[in-house]
Amino acid sequence: MNEQDKSGQEKMGKQIIKASELDPKFKYEITQMHGGEKLLMCFQCGTCTSDCPVARYSDSYRPRQLIRMTQLGLKERILKSETLWLCAACFTCTDRCPQGVKVADVIRILKNLAIKEGYVPPVFKELASSILDNGYAYRIPELRIKKREQIGLPPLPKGNPESLAKILHGIELKKLLEKRGE
Amino acid sequence: MAETQGEIKYLIFLGCAIPYRVSAYELSTRKVMEKLGVKLEEMPEFNCCGVPMDPISHEMMLLLAARNLCMAERKGLNIMALCPGCTGALKKVNTMLKNDKNLREEINKHLKEDGLEFKGTIDVKHLIQVLNEDVGLEKIKTLVKKPLKGIKVAEHNGCHVLRPKEYMGFDDPEDPKILKTLIEVTGAECLDYMDESQCCGAPVAGVNDRIPLQLTKEKLAHIRDVGAQALITICPFCHMMFDTNQIRIERMFNEKFGIPTLHYPQLLGLALGMPPEELGFRELRVKPTELLKQLGFQGS
Ligand code: SF4
Ligand code: SF4
Repeated sequence: MNEQDKSGQEKMGKQIIKASELDPKFKYEITQMHGGEKLLMCFQCGTCTSDCPVARYSDSYRPRQLIRMTQLGLKERILKSETLWLCAACFTCTDRCPQGVKVADVIRILKNLAIKEGYVPPVFKELASSILDNGYAYRIPELRIKKREQIGLPPLPKGNPESLAKILHGIELKKLLEKRGE
Repeated sequence: MAETQGEIKYLIFLGCAIPYRVSAYELSTRKVMEKLGVKLEEMPEFNCCGVPMDPISHEMMLLLAARNLCMAERKGLNIMALCPGCTGALKKVNTMLKNDKNLREEINKHLKEDGLEFKGTIDVKHLIQVLNEDVGLEKIKTLVKKPLKGIKVAEHNGCHVLRPKEYMGFDDPEDPKILKTLIEVTGAECLDYMDESQCCGAPVAGVNDRIPLQLTKEKLAHIRDVGAQALITICPFCHMMFDTNQIRIERMFNEKFGIPTLHYPQLLGLALGMPPEELGFRELRVKPTELLKQLGFQGS
């Protein structure tokens, strides 16, 4: 139906898995991270996929499949995949998983790793640079700020870019947001 | 914790989306809170709650949220957030840092770079929690001047005010009651509809615009089918999906919905006797003309 979805489907599910693609240590990388602890408890019941609002309208986004691929260690395939970014982080899966797998957190961990490998959807660059510049995720137009006064709203609290730069120093955001990979 | 007896006072946390595009939510909240005797103070400094950065770096999300919590601790006031996304991030990080000593030490190491420290002395609530727990239904009832009798609406909570259960926990995500009760206090009837707690899809909009529009369209159809005259939201992102995008959805799917979408404090404000002009009704894209007429307001 949708091009983005189709290519995702090919990349994700419909290919033969080669033994050389499997990274047996990948799952332990995930279980050591906050929110990934219960990854190995998944018994593939499919509750997450059947209740996922995005899966309902996507031909390729399937959280259960992502969890299984993570257990298997199909690292490259997951991190390269565009469908990973379709998760709305609505936490329905996390709340309903009978095994206590924090599905949405595992997917967030996978996104963080994808970023580290250089797969960065453009929208995040804009958000991040705006936050670093003025504290807000969006660049609020002057007109809006003026209008606040007219309708009787108090001035917006100011951001503090110097302080943010100091606190976020260790994260090396610029390096993270460089597009590598592909 | 940081509350003086008798007086209810909060730091209002606006987040990014509300000042960027959804002023009516802020305006109506401030008006209603004033009527209800809740004092609101401004954040001394602000930065994004962290949610949009979670997919990039979990650590960055933690630090952004923690910095805001530190600002509130300095003021000695609890936070009341309007956006469920902000509420979720601030609540979650507050709980995590309070309970996990190692994580707290790690985060404090970074915060120290600017002389800040997370101490764990404040709490975070969403607007509907403040209304329900601090102001209380009884008090709201006594202040309702113009009961919205005969009005039928539906509600959409939005995911992050309810989930994940582990950190939010103040209402049942499978059968949420608080917003419904708050709606019924105004005298309006709150209708049940299919898949009420389903996501509107807004968070995916940055990477895919088809899926969110389909999800919102599905919800609008369910809401129309039960005969609701309006939809009530408590999230700026959900509101943009249902109000700002409704005409686009109608065009895209060649279907007619015409469902005005009100921020909850707008509805409450009407019941408290305030005129629509004071509550930012002009900002709504789908005009609630019929609804207001039924309540005796002309024009607008
Ligand atoms: S709901 Fe839990 S156990 Fe079931 S497939 Fe999803 S992650 Fe696995
Ligand atoms: S959090 Fe992501 S994977 Fe889980 S149900 Fe929501 S959209 Fe689907």
